[in-house]
Amino acid sequence: MSIITVSNLKKSYGDLEVLKGINFNVDKNDVVAIIGPSGSGKSTMLRSLIHLEEINDGTISIDGQELVKNGVYAKAHDLKQITSKMGMVFQHFNLFPHLTVKENLEIAPKMAKKEAIKVIQQRSEELLHKVGLTSWAKSYPAKLSGGQKQRVAIARALMMDPEILLFDEPTSALDPELTGEVLQVMKDLAQEKMTMIVVTHEMGFAKEVATKAIFMDNGEIVESGEPGALFTNPQFDRTKAFLQRSLSS
Amino acid sequence: MSFDYILSVLKPMLEGAQVTILLFLIAIVISIPFGFLLTLASRSNIRMISWMAQGYIYIMRGTPLLLQLLFICFGLPMLPVVGEYLVLDRFVAACLGFILNYAAYFAEIFRGGLLSIDKGQYEASQVLGMNRWQTLTRIIIPQMFRVALPAVANESVTLVKDTALLYAVAVPELLHFAQTAVNRDFTILPFFLAAIIYLLMTLILSLFFKFLERRFKFE
Repeated sequence: MSIITVSNLKKSYGDLEVLKGINFNVDKNDVVAIIGPSGSGKSTMLRSLIHLEEINDGTISIDGQELVKNGVYAKAHDLKQITSKMGMVFQHFNLFPHLTVKENLEIAPKMAKKEAIKVIQQRSEELLHKVGLTSWAKSYPAKLSGGQKQRVAIARALMMDPEILLFDEPTSALDPELTGEVLQVMKDLAQEKMTMIVVTHEMGFAKEVATKAIFMDNGEIVESGEPGALFTNPQFDRTKAFLQRSLSS
Repeated sequence: MSFDYILSVLKPMLEGAQVTILLFLIAIVISIPFGFLLTLASRSNIRMISWMAQGYIYIMRGTPLLLQLLFICFGLPMLPVVGEYLVLDRFVAACLGFILNYAAYFAEIFRGGLLSIDKGQYEASQVLGMNRWQTLTRIIIPQMFRVALPAVANESVTLVKDTALLYAVAVPELLHFAQTAVNRDFTILPFFLAAIIYLLMTLILSLFFKFLERRFKFE
């Protein structure tokens, strides 16, 4: 049972077509790694899923509800409800610099006013513990390392209790020695069967953790499949060339 | 130069300083929110509103404050038909002039503050399900305020000193009483006293803003 279905997704900036009819499905509990050279449309595609980009044509269904059907978006109220099933982690963290770590986690649930403050505070404590940052609760983001910031960002996304987590190059802005701590949190989430879609340059993570890999180039999906097969036995020259480049570097 | 003499000149000057402070407070309390509304209007998607706000800012920043004050005090009553209803109390007219002028400067300062905020802040707010109002009031304005703080401090100090322009529209304030004493007693001492009072006012203001900057350091 697919939790995300994307069909014929097209997006252009003026004359430049950046997504040329993308089709793919994500099943519940999948960890999908999206790889490909920069400029291939990976991030744009991911951002379309949570309505940070408007697409020109195609259909995106999330958990059985159509976010956009043949290029026509759902009503504003439905859009909000559909996108609320997803959380997003950005390359540059996008923490709120004027709020403490704890406040970063709690502000959105408090605004949504669906739960008692006590419930929200209890969950923020649990999640900070989960990402190993309990002692930083009262610090401002400026005091944190990049890896710590990204772990806060993951905890903040989890506060909204999403069914799907989207990651847009979560380790690309980090010093190499800090990527491990972020990838570990993501591995833990994968083990807990969180459905995740990860745009990444971390081939090791894609191979080891992903249940499905998608290779994109030039606005299209060139090939996709089980990561082991895709990495060891790519079917297309473009995939081979990309893998050779990124594995050798 | 007796101590008694200093006291006798200081008394009217300190009364004048009260007018200065009152004008400052009225101008700052109203022109900051008005300036922020101008910022929002100048970024409006409705072209007409955006043009009007930008035109307003251009005119107010592009002409001398003194000209604007003279216009409000002496020019408005000379307008045909409506003029007779526009004879304002001098102090009220001066407040109006300062508010209208300073709002334009604050609007530009806040615009700079808004531009400095990364679009990732809006995106993070959106994916966390916050609406536009919540994003503006909880995420954007606090950060904009922090970025704008040093420039707002600078502008506020300028405002204190600009209150001396009231001299030109004959509202008795600090400088007016200093000048009167200088003419009457043929001594420059009152000018020094006035300078000290201005320095004290700007010092207190600067300290207040330094405190705000520390308070909102977010570190």
